[in-house]
Amino acid sequence: MSTSTQQSGIEGAEDLFIEELAAEKTRPKKRKKDTLFDANQRGLISSTEWKQPRVRRWMRVVNVFLLSTLLVVGLGPILWLGKAAITPTQDTLRTPMALFPNGMDWYNLYQAWFEVDISQQFMNTIYLAIGSWAVQMTVATTAGFALGVLKPRYYKVFYSLVLATLFVPSVVLLVPLYLTILNPPLIGTSLINTFWAVWLPAGASAFNVVLIARFMGNLPGEIFEAARMDGAGPFRLFWSIALPMSKPIVGVVSVFAVLAAWKDFLWPLLVLPNPDLQPLSVRLPSLEQAIEKDVYLAALAISTVIPILVFIVFQRLILRGAGLGGALKG
Amino acid sequence: MAIQTTESQPTSLVRRTRLKLSNGGFSTFIFFIPLIVIFGVFSWWPIIQSGIMSFQETNLVTTSWVGFDNFYQVLNDPLLWKAIKNTIYFAVLALIFGYPVPLIAAVLMSEVRRAKGFFTVLAYLPVVVPPVVAVLLWKFFYDASPTGVFNTILGWVGIPPQPWIQDQATAMPSLVLAATWAAAGGTIIIYLAALTSVPPDLYDAAEVDGAGIWRKVWHVTMPQLRNVLFITLILQIIGTAQVFLEPFLFTGGGPANATLTVLLLIYRYAFQNSLGGDYGAATALSTMLAIFLALMSIGYFKLTSRWSDS
Repeated sequence: MSTSTQQSGIEGAEDLFIEELAAEKTRPKKRKKDTLFDANQRGLISSTEWKQPRVRRWMRVVNVFLLSTLLVVGLGPILWLGKAAITPTQDTLRTPMALFPNGMDWYNLYQAWFEVDISQQFMNTIYLAIGSWAVQMTVATTAGFALGVLKPRYYKVFYSLVLATLFVPSVVLLVPLYLTILNPPLIGTSLINTFWAVWLPAGASAFNVVLIARFMGNLPGEIFEAARMDGAGPFRLFWSIALPMSKPIVGVVSVFAVLAAWKDFLWPLLVLPNPDLQPLSVRLPSLEQAIEKDVYLAALAISTVIPILVFIVFQRLILRGAGLGGALKG
Repeated sequence: MAIQTTESQPTSLVRRTRLKLSNGGFSTFIFFIPLIVIFGVFSWWPIIQSGIMSFQETNLVTTSWVGFDNFYQVLNDPLLWKAIKNTIYFAVLALIFGYPVPLIAAVLMSEVRRAKGFFTVLAYLPVVVPPVVAVLLWKFFYDASPTGVFNTILGWVGIPPQPWIQDQATAMPSLVLAATWAAAGGTIIIYLAALTSVPPDLYDAAEVDGAGIWRKVWHVTMPQLRNVLFITLILQIIGTAQVFLEPFLFTGGGPANATLTVLLLIYRYAFQNSLGGDYGAATALSTMLAIFLALMSIGYFKLTSRWSDS
């Protein structure tokens, strides 16, 4: 496969994003105007057209229509889930669209958390997210430093090997990776039903390595050279210069790593058959038939809280990264 | 990509004269070790193994070479053709439902002047909901009884209750609808980013020539989005060819295999086989799928590089 042409296709978007991140760092106080959030200087409709009453009226109609559609479609199902989480089963089943005909049932949340004990799966999800994050960070920052800054003669070999995996669909990995976990090299004992089975493969993310390598490669070389002159070795360069200066990109990759761990389903389903070790995503489907509907919906709602909170806190970062993710995913 | 960056020449000059930071010794190689171990064991080797296993029969104790037997077996499985048909059906429906909607939404959203960020956040919200929760929630919405969530809403406008995922005819469209809801926000963000890179001069020029809003959309915005439209098209095809979560959780492939997809079939071969996993068949089928996807992306990059040359 011709990775070089593919690379150039994504390079534009990526460099723009990396430049933006770097620029943000140099002027931290003044918030940059963000094209995804703020009206840009001039769009499709010109200022003369905006002055026409007919255009203004139409745009108002379009805006109201757009906003109400987005509210119903984007927020509606999530609000409904929130409502259903504190509604008695019979109300949800008989009049799903009514607002609390027989009052609220906050006890659902208690039952889901303590009696069905999804607190256990909740904590598992957090452990899985933290461990995956740690492995991904270790691999991506060291590899990013090696490929982006140190660049020994053989770095191109590894760089293309990493890039190549971007273009192999994950389906191909499913069975052989499962067998690797069943019988890993050197360790001699199956990793099935251990968190390592999820943590370690998460580290093999080409996306992270490429992003961090590009970012570190774009850091001003003079700083590294000056430190080198002063006698700093590769470890000092990595720990005291490259890592601290890469905080913006490490932040982006971290948020996406945590969200991805929360979303993961098929892989933990395969390697964690023990319910006591499963994350929420794997446990929820098996609860569907096993417990009362109102408690089940409460469990669904609890599982959604953290990702939504993360999104609200890091919305700018996530939305800017999302445009990029689409451009690189292929 | 629609976003164009001008390569700045000076940077590359500076880079060329940079002091060598590594002596190529062991202290440099140490930084490659996590990469080599993790990628080697969990990415590179499994990819190679996948190719090898396609030609083998294994029960985890003994392994033997069987040539192309796995491929014959898979290609002669009547379920494969059913799965391919279903996957294509899913992909086509996803294009009809899911392709124009984000584009229209993004073009409209890019003209929003107040609280644009709020619009963007609302559009992206479904993408943040964990996919499993989204599917299970929609499964609840699809309750076929007259008091199901969607059937209640349909009742308001006088439409009789629908069977949704319980009927062969409506199951697949229901799956696609839910998948579109979950994915549209991501595509909208990509389009919004691309729309900001449309040069404003082009709109100015079109206005000088007397173009109205519609003509500007058709003759400036759309041609400028051409590349990104093609990228999202290919991404969507690559994504839908691997659809798994929706059929797995909504219907388990039913009713009567009406929603059995290629990836679900791979899963069944390997992990839902009462006779023990047929890993040979599963890897043979995933190898074929991967080759198809690779051909798709090669064709796509050939096309885009031809465009950027012209």
